[in-house]
Amino acid sequence: MTDLTINGKDVSLDVPGDTPLLWALRDNLRLTGTKFGCGVAQCGACTVMVDGMPVRSCITPVEDLEGSDVTTIEALEGPEADAVRKAWVDLDVPQCGYCQSGQIIAAATLLTEIPQPTDEDIDFAMAGNACRCATYVRIRKAIHNAAKILEA
Amino acid sequence: MKFDIRATALTAAIALTGLLPGGAAQAEEVNGLKTAASFESIESEQARSVAIFEEMAKVITHARCVNCHPVTGGPLQGENQKPHSPPIPRTEDNFGVVAMRCTTCHGEENRPFLGETGSVPGNGHWQLAPQSMGWVGLTVPEICAQLKDPERNGGRTLEEVAHHMGHDTLVGWAWAPGEGREPAPGSWEGFSELAVNWIETGAACPG
Ligand code: FES
Ligand code: FES
Repeated sequence: MTDLTINGKDVSLDVPGDTPLLWALRDNLRLTGTKFGCGVAQCGACTVMVDGMPVRSCITPVEDLEGSDVTTIEALEGPEADAVRKAWVDLDVPQCGYCQSGQIIAAATLLTEIPQPTDEDIDFAMAGNACRCATYVRIRKAIHNAAKILEA
Repeated sequence: MKFDIRATALTAAIALTGLLPGGAAQAEEVNGLKTAASFESIESEQARSVAIFEEMAKVITHARCVNCHPVTGGPLQGENQKPHSPPIPRTEDNFGVVAMRCTTCHGEENRPFLGETGSVPGNGHWQLAPQSMGWVGLTVPEICAQLKDPERNGGRTLEEVAHHMGHDTLVGWAWAPGEGREPAPGSWEGFSELAVNWIETGAACPG
């Protein structure tokens, strides 16, 4: 049994300790906004926030999360998340959408730490989030737009 | 198969010779790393110290160690020491980039891949060694000089260098690197013993 907070709610996960967080989120809690892409920490589709830091849930066993505070795409909030959402909608960033929850979590984290990122900041921060539809150009533009929204 | 007393006797004889002085060669080297004791026969303390460091260099220059001791840029990975994937540049705190810190993927322990063989390496101290401690492309004498230089070794005394080598669990990870990675030669204890002996013999560097 692992006790933790997920999206602001206290949760006791009754799953074997080595269960990946991604499985617990999707199968046990039905939080299916977080996606399985590669399972080897290479694509970023499974990214969630753990104690304020982005983490790959596909390779994170729940036993490592006792007492942790997990936020998934379903509950991501704050000015950066709002700005990112608006910029994403304005530019129609997603193609198939599969990678986008991970992209949005990474983008919001980037803007929290670097409110006015350069192209280079964006490219490095987002390098671990693959998009098989190659929406990278729109993602970069949307992050710049979100930075403008935050500045206004 | 028919029981053959001669074959049994022969096997016993071979097994016995393994325990005799000729067999001692086995104890002198464990997993490709010579033990500290195996250098005792070198009379000159200076020569012994140099020989011990050259043995330590088998570990220091191994991919498990060098990959996180690059001279520029970010971490390397794999036995062939290729750049880390996804690409990570060196940052001021040697801890990854915004939105992709070391801990985004690397946990307290090695973590198995989901649905594939292999693992993401992990340790509670996971991070890049500072640039001043970079080893890639350096010769063994250059690495030796760098390890002894407080300006470049993080202000450590030699005892502290040996302590890092023998007690920092991130160093120890090199012998338990998880599925899909070759461990460093020898054992952590063996390497630690070499480091202590190197210092006790004057911490001489190869010329
Ligand atoms: S599914 Fe976790 S990084 Fe790809
Ligand atoms: S939008 Fe299809 S994978 Fe990124």
